[in-house]
Amino acid sequence: MSENTANRIFNTVNVILIIITMVLCLAPFIHIIAISLSSNRAIGSGEVSFFPKELSFEAYSKVFADGSMIRSLIYTVWLTVLSTVLSMAMTIAAAYPLAKSNLKGRKWFMLVIVVTMFFSGGIIPEYILIKNLHLLDSTWGLILPGLISPFYMIILITFFRGIPESLEEAAGIDGSSHFGTLMRIILPLSLPVMATLSLFYAVGRWNGFQDALMYITKPELYPLQLKLYQMIQQNQITELMQNEGIGAVQVLPESLKAASVIFSTLPILLVYPWLQRYFISGVMVGAVKG
Amino acid sequence: MKTSIYFRRNWQLYALLLLPMIYFIIFKYGPMYGVQIAFKDFNFFQGITGSEWIGLDAFREVFQNQGFYTALRNTLVLNLLDLLVSFPAPLILAILLFELKKAWFKKLAQTLLYIPHFISWVIIGGIVLQVFGTQSGFINNILMSMGFDPLPFLSDKNYWLFTYLAVGVWQSAGWGTILYLASLTGINRELYEAAEVDGASRLRRIWHISLPGIKTTIVTLLIINVGNMISIGFDRPFIIGNVAVREYSDVLSTFVYRVGLQSGQVTLATAVGLFQALVGLVFILGANYTSKKLTDESIM
Repeated sequence: MSENTANRIFNTVNVILIIITMVLCLAPFIHIIAISLSSNRAIGSGEVSFFPKELSFEAYSKVFADGSMIRSLIYTVWLTVLSTVLSMAMTIAAAYPLAKSNLKGRKWFMLVIVVTMFFSGGIIPEYILIKNLHLLDSTWGLILPGLISPFYMIILITFFRGIPESLEEAAGIDGSSHFGTLMRIILPLSLPVMATLSLFYAVGRWNGFQDALMYITKPELYPLQLKLYQMIQQNQITELMQNEGIGAVQVLPESLKAASVIFSTLPILLVYPWLQRYFISGVMVGAVKG
Repeated sequence: MKTSIYFRRNWQLYALLLLPMIYFIIFKYGPMYGVQIAFKDFNFFQGITGSEWIGLDAFREVFQNQGFYTALRNTLVLNLLDLLVSFPAPLILAILLFELKKAWFKKLAQTLLYIPHFISWVIIGGIVLQVFGTQSGFINNILMSMGFDPLPFLSDKNYWLFTYLAVGVWQSAGWGTILYLASLTGINRELYEAAEVDGASRLRRIWHISLPGIKTTIVTLLIINVGNMISIGFDRPFIIGNVAVREYSDVLSTFVYRVGLQSGQVTLATAVGLFQALVGLVFILGANYTSKKLTDESIM
């Protein structure tokens, strides 16, 4: 077997393996989309795989007609935007001074922050803190506790360090204050890493679930994930009980659950391709430790 | 008076730091202050300071609690199995991706492989039900149409373990390739060219150049993983788990939530949380130390 043939075989096998992996990544989504667009009869008899059978938009019209799903979506979008903006502002405010190696007391500030990466009070003391601050059942209870991620802050510090110091010095000689330099020079140069971290914060808040489960009891403050959880999991429990013959409880149609899953996933999938090109470089910056 | 000039010139930097530091003190050190609940007979009406000290009673209770041992065992076992299954997956995938010749195809593949990482566990939970469900799950539909019996992927302990691990690989393998790809890109191209001239096959090149080239990354990530052995996220076991498989799916984080917030045994749950945090700290510091010794690279 010549070297060329061996090479070709290797490439072909490799491409096939990657295609299989790609299909495995996407197949569950395609299946769910097919379910959400099929009639309940076709789903019930197990005929739906990757193409909708007996095309029906009923599940989606139910999701939209319900109103509470839409309200939860709008609330979650607002929650995500607000907490991403605040998180970024706070992360920048922390990272810019800490990126300066001649900042007096830098070591102590870093220590105070880094300790929190390795030790935490745990969820019960956190819950009690939130309760004592009267943040239960409030939007702020979902925003404030996760405001700064020390890890993202370190990524940003590392990035700021990579910006040539001479730029800042030149601005300083021209009489620019630290605020001015940050706003006019540093931030415009940091757009890719800003986009990356914003995406990470936004995805984290959008997908965040545990805090809402613990801190929120008012249905009008349910973020999408909590709402979805109640819809899907309560259902699973009743289904399990039915399997074991405990009472016949009303189970939501599969198509409705699938439509809700797609409904909650779509916003992320729409934003993702636009920001995707940034985050690889952003993660690389983070991988080179600070 | 050098310092006063320094502060006059740099006060803005400290002003910027003020809010973030207040944030860390209230929201990160506040709960650390609350850790003393583990040593008190905590009562919501009397608050932290008003409650009576009970010494180590809560810990005695923890170490006599059967549920705690189950949760501890599950945490360690699930993490260990996850390490065996989920750790090599991104490594293999990264090497395959790196060997791809066409840039556009590589990009497309990466874009698609990263997607599961951005999906919430709640949504994954929904997908898992549709794919693995016993009654109408996709896989069981196929099995039944081929004349087999459906498999209880979600309600039998051992099948559940398989589901839990498979879903973990699916969610994290693609995203995990990023760091490996970064260090693969850092390998000197000339090494590959020289090997090619010497007649080394592609597989040999992978074995003798790619793998040794990213050894440090592999070891560092492995150590981080081992360091996180006792800490476990809440969402994945909570959402993929269910009542039928609790014997395997209840881990420390879900145990603390269930005992502390659902059954109201706040002191007991705080003690378990503190135990987990302290052991976790030891693991992480040990991992960091090992990493420093072995690879000259520290995680911190």
